Amino acid sequence: MPTLSMTVNGEQVSGEVEGRTLLVDFLRENLRLTGTHVGCDTSQCGACVVHVDGVSMKSCTMLALHAQGTEVATIEGVANGDTLHPMQEAFRENHGLQCGFCTPGMVMTALALVKDNPDPTDAEVRHGLEGNLCRCTGYQNIVHAILDGAKAMREGAANEGES
Amino acid sequence: MYEFNFQRPANSDAAIDAQANAEDGQYMAGGQTIIPVLKQRLAMPSDVIDLGAIEDLSGITIADGTVTIGAMTTHTDVATSGDVLGAIPALADLASMIGDPHVRNRGTIGGSIANNDPAADYPAAVLGLGATVHTNQRTIIADEFFTDLFETALDEGELITNVAFPVPDQAAYMKFPNPASRYAIAGVFVSRTGADVRVAVTGAATCVFRAAEMERALAGNFNPDAIEGIGVDGTDFNNDLHASAEYRTHLVSVMAKRAVAKALG
Ligand SMILES: Cc1cc2nc3c(=O)[nH]c(=O)nc-3n(C[C@H](O)[C@H](O)[C@H](O)COP(=O)(O)OP(=O)(O)OC[C@H]3O[C@@H](n4cnc5c(N)ncnc54)[C@H](O)[C@@H]3O)c2cc1C
Ligand code: FES
Ligand code: FES
Repeated sequence: MPTLSMTVNGEQVSGEVEGRTLLVDFLRENLRLTGTHVGCDTSQCGACVVHVDGVSMKSCTMLALHAQGTEVATIEGVANGDTLHPMQEAFRENHGLQCGFCTPGMVMTALALVKDNPDPTDAEVRHGLEGNLCRCTGYQNIVHAILDGAKAMREGAANEGES
Repeated sequence: MYEFNFQRPANSDAAIDAQANAEDGQYMAGGQTIIPVLKQRLAMPSDVIDLGAIEDLSGITIADGTVTIGAMTTHTDVATSGDVLGAIPALADLASMIGDPHVRNRGTIGGSIANNDPAADYPAAVLGLGATVHTNQRTIIADEFFTDLFETALDEGELITNVAFPVPDQAAYMKFPNPASRYAIAGVFVSRTGADVRVAVTGAATCVFRAAEMERALAGNFNPDAIEGIGVDGTDFNNDLHASAEYRTHLVSVMAKRAVAKALG
């Protein structure tokens, strides 16, 4: 079996996988990082979104071997210890989740969106969420959360710039 | 997924050799179609030949009024390329409407046109701009590339290397997306280069096609009014749970008029 190595949330990892092993299965089964969810397994729902070299991807629709030598970021690496990331905090504040199943993918999608566009409009957030399904919230509060999270991140960056 | 042997060649020649030497070798670009197909066990290749490590298959260049896009260039790269936005904004616009951000980050132009899904967007741009598909063996003009439902002129093992788009005077794409997948229920790409007008329709039939009557009317007068009352024959259009053939016939006229209006700015 081919050997795979990559960085996940800053840590070097490796393992043996089959050619057909999906990235999401490697993360969940081999590394026990079960924060990345499988909602559909048919490329529709976005619950499995992770970042590969800083770019958002559906980890159910790529092979583990596609991530050979890359830097992967999952929801487990987003908070700073017990302190939630401002985007996670915004989801909590805005009631941007109910059952929470879609939330890891939503947060990872939001972070990728804000990286490219730090001050998105409501419409841009909705366009950015086209690959993420939520069966609970009706999206309204997710959009509010992302707009608020983006604002908090801009303010955080501005404060850092001053100090 | 059935088991397969995964290969990741470093250049095109090695990929073509690997395909030729495999019992049943399948190229993989971004995997955005082929991975779902493999999961459903609708294909059982002995070898998957991943094109992701072949650097010279991706990238965008402009020279002599032609925008050339490498087969492995992602939809995101086309949508955000300054060169494409400057030369053929309609093409960047089309790429930005494909699927969702995550699909656009992995899906490629080569994979999209090799697959020739009847509801895919790129075939409309390739045919609507009169592009040329370059492979490891030859060049194929758009009018001869898309042959039927999920069928193209590509031979077994033939590798798309890039697609060359001539820069038009005006162009635009309008689609009525399926609200769930964003695939086109009907999409129309129009372009005008001098007196030459092309109108390509995707989503409506089994394969992308040109609307000849609309092209003639628009060649005389490139204005939405010119195609008022000129429809397409939808007798053989797709009739499925997403839309009836009759509704698609109607949508093609509406999308065509909107595309012309958008091309005029
Ligand atoms: C949720 C979702 C929504 C989508 N929405 C849309 C949409 O709205 N509009 C749209 O147009 N598309 C849509 N797509 C499809 C997407 O655009 C992909 O680009 C397309 O599926 C092709 O994927 P790929 O480039 O990853 O190719 P792959 O899946 O890797 O390959 C597809 C086929 O092309 C062959 N191939 C790949 N590269 C080459 C090459 N260079 N030479 C010869 N053969 C090659 C492969 O062997 C395979 O048969 C969607 C996909 C998903 C999963
Ligand atoms: S589990 Fe990957 S898109 Fe649904
Ligand atoms: S909160 Fe339940 S699926 Fe989104």
